[in-house]
Amino acid sequence: MTTEATAGLASVMGATIRRELLLAMRSPGDVINPLMFFIISVTLFPLGGGVEDAFLATIAPGVIWVTALLAVMLSLDSLYRADYEDGNLEQLLMSPQPLYFLVLSKVFSHWLMACLPIIVLAPVLALMLKLPAAGIGALVISLALGTPILVLIGAIGMALTVGLSRSGLLLAVLILPLYVPVLIFGTGVVDAAINEMAYAGLLALMGAMLALAISLSPLAIVAALRISVN
Amino acid sequence: MLEARDLYCERDDRVLFQHLDFSLCAGQSIQVQGSNGSGKTTLLRILCGLNRDYRGDIRWQGQPVEKARADFRAQVFYLGHAPAINRSLSAAENLRWFCASRGVRAGKIREALAAFNLQGYDDVPCYMMSAGQQRRVSLARMKLVPAALWILDEPFTALDRKGVSELEGMLSDFVRSEGSLLLTTHHPLKMDCDVGTIDLDALIQERGVYDH
Repeated sequence: MTTEATAGLASVMGATIRRELLLAMRSPGDVINPLMFFIISVTLFPLGGGVEDAFLATIAPGVIWVTALLAVMLSLDSLYRADYEDGNLEQLLMSPQPLYFLVLSKVFSHWLMACLPIIVLAPVLALMLKLPAAGIGALVISLALGTPILVLIGAIGMALTVGLSRSGLLLAVLILPLYVPVLIFGTGVVDAAINEMAYAGLLALMGAMLALAISLSPLAIVAALRISVN
Repeated sequence: MLEARDLYCERDDRVLFQHLDFSLCAGQSIQVQGSNGSGKTTLLRILCGLNRDYRGDIRWQGQPVEKARADFRAQVFYLGHAPAINRSLSAAENLRWFCASRGVRAGKIREALAAFNLQGYDDVPCYMMSAGQQRRVSLARMKLVPAALWILDEPFTALDRKGVSELEGMLSDFVRSEGSLLLTTHHPLKMDCDVGTIDLDALIQERGVYDH
């Protein structure tokens, strides 16, 4: 009985991830636009902010983190919109499967498509901003821990505002305050690495935030979706 | 099976219905009637648990529906206003995810589509289909999941005449095999079984309950 239930759960999570990846392949703009935004914005900083290596290196962690954060926010708009409009959201909420895992796998697929490319490209852009080599590993790790938190928190805001026609500004007001700690810790990790200080503690804190986000935000997302379809 | 007592719902300061009582047993069907805006869809969504702005008692198998939520969801098939079909996905892809989300093996998708005259449309993206064909894909879901109660909101929308009579046949078969059916439609039903009615207009008129 237990193994059967677990197999059912694994298959529904697999099917959800497969569906989301298929949808992303069918409309690649949803994935590519935020990524292009990330690349272009970061590229503009050396052009507009002066060419002194030392100056660029100082602002590099902040630039990459802030741009990644904005790119994640930009990508969120597509998260529940289509499902809300075509009625699939109602079907999702009527599913007898545990909604926690259904929602979590949807958020995970979104992270795969929206954030993984950003994490992969970040070292290249960091080199362009003359970030010292010591900071590059820390940047990748901090983004890998931080971006899932951003997506999980953003999904709550998106779930709350999906029923509203123009939710952009409201979404920003709702979730940006919650993004601030992630941003501070994320850039803190990179700064510490550049200055050859220990940053394991900061990473552990980010890990704890991620664990908290994974365990609690799907519950909040489900509650928010219920309010939105009501 | 499904029982409602003293349901009350208002929207925008207008009472949609109050003192609404009914019960639906296995092998019974009920058609919810009423003019546009009389609250038919709202009633169905309340019964499904999608709308929580109501007062009153809803019981499933004798238990309050909030307590029996998991069992209720596993037993109910709901067809809403929106077809719940993602237009970028093909018919089979849509149905495959639906099966997975219900925890059912996606074995008979081809047969289910064929039952609604969609042979060969498995891999056609839904944006290339007509509204009636999309509705058929949406309806094909009821062949895929075992459910004791079907709640259908305007299932005949966009279907052609032959499709309507075929669907009526399927609904009658379902009710005769001890299924429970709750539906709204503006189309005169021709079913081979007794269909009870809830008339939301009459309910409002006889009680005279416009409160402003």
